[in-house]
Amino acid sequence: MADRLSPVPTPETQPFWDGCRQHALRIQWCDNCQAHFFYPRVSCPRCGSVAAVRWVDARGRATLHSYVISHLKAPGYEPPFVIAIVQLEEGPRLLSNIIGVEADPDALVLDMPLEVDFEPRGELAVPVFRPAQPTAA
Amino acid sequence: MKPLVSIVGAAETDELGKLPHLSAVELAAQATRSALADAGLTIHDVDGIASAELNPVDLADYLGVHPAWVDTTSVGGCSYLAHVRHAAAAIAAGQASVIVVAHGESGRSYVGQPPWRHTPGGLVEQFEGPYGVVGPVSTFTLGAVRYLQTYGVTPEKLAAVAVAQRRWAEQVPRAQRRDPLTIDDVLNSRLVVYPFHLPECCLVNDGGGALVLVSPERSDDFPKRAVQVVAAAEAYDSPTAAGLSDVISAPVFARSSQAAFAAAGLTPADVDHVMIYDAFAHLPLFGLEALGFVKPGEAADFVADWQTAPGGTLPLNTSGGGLSYTHTGMYGMFAIQESVRQLRGEAAAQLDRVETSFVQGVGGGTFTAGASLVLCRD
Repeated sequence: MADRLSPVPTPETQPFWDGCRQHALRIQWCDNCQAHFFYPRVSCPRCGSVAAVRWVDARGRATLHSYVISHLKAPGYEPPFVIAIVQLEEGPRLLSNIIGVEADPDALVLDMPLEVDFEPRGELAVPVFRPAQPTAA
Repeated sequence: MKPLVSIVGAAETDELGKLPHLSAVELAAQATRSALADAGLTIHDVDGIASAELNPVDLADYLGVHPAWVDTTSVGGCSYLAHVRHAAAAIAAGQASVIVVAHGESGRSYVGQPPWRHTPGGLVEQFEGPYGVVGPVSTFTLGAVRYLQTYGVTPEKLAAVAVAQRRWAEQVPRAQRRDPLTIDDVLNSRLVVYPFHLPECCLVNDGGGALVLVSPERSDDFPKRAVQVVAAAEAYDSPTAAGLSDVISAPVFARSSQAAFAAAGLTPADVDHVMIYDAFAHLPLFGLEALGFVKPGEAADFVADWQTAPGGTLPLNTSGGGLSYTHTGMYGMFAIQESVRQLRGEAAAQLDRVETSFVQGVGGGTFTAGASLVLCRD
């Protein structure tokens, strides 16, 4: 796992990666559009506004939108492992890994609830997702 | 219908496959020399040159051409379709008179091959790279599971895409994969990324191709009957797989193909032959639906009923495509070449009657770029 690639933040994405290091999934919200977006950037991709954009903490809840099970070697990864598109409760989708589950299609049910976790990468951490624990009624 | 531009020369490298004795620039140059000979022209006639990863200025100088126009649009495998569109505009504007669009890629041997762009801090490198992504194979494929489940497409029907194209490739001596292939063979092959087995993923090898483009007003002055480009269109979307608005269709396929059909004044019913860029087996399915040949969710049944295979109603990827013919990394040039061969009557698996051919390209690590060409016999 130590060999897994670390992201290289830019000044514009640094708040996101700083959040991950503190185990917060920080995404952006546009007051004009009343909508979240991802990946991090200075202006809203819907309306172009700079002033209306602010950082918010996502709840970290998502669903499994689609996935592949990779049988290919990758730095620090032991195949098979799951690469997925997850959909955050807030709307945006992001690419991640699904952990805490067999890399088996029978265990990977589309739209299953997921929750965020953070995996260390050197000085940084990246968001990954695992099947959600059932919430107390 | 008034053509945009005319293809008066076309050729591929003498060989395809593992070619460690040829560099990327020589692959492009060899194809260019052959395409110019095909057009009855020489390097001295060329005043414009386009190529993608390979710098067109480098290629021009290597050939002995000092052009007045270049296009280095590099948006993935459909770049060459975009080059044809840009060249048409340049020729119409009087910026150039003879433009060569060239592809040479040492995708397997990596001799003199520009590396895949890797930008530390880049978008894909930050938000996809850290997750065990090793290239388009990890990301292009991501929507397929949702597509298959949404429409109830079985593994057998996905495998039928590879089998249908192999049936064409069996007739094509230059195809790199020609052995007969069954659905069971596909399903018993090794998984590369679930749900894709090896024959459902494109080849990676070395090769090149080139086109010679001139104004339609001059298209009668060449040794072979011209192939006319009657419409061309481009569309662009997110470079990230998670950023696409929809993962079970191909929005860029729909946008570029609809624009091309509208510009040509044609509909899918007017098309005799189709090439759809097939980096992976789901692309022809997404393409058949996005281009309007079938309704969403119907493509897998259409292919599994062998409608796109030899003897079917809609000949698709008649060279064998990226899955069986060749794929160097940026395959779009080879899709155009097969359409030109079919329209000229020079294809290995030649169809009886081809008046109109549609070429749909894609580029990027997912459905990021789309480009379409409508080609007709003169």
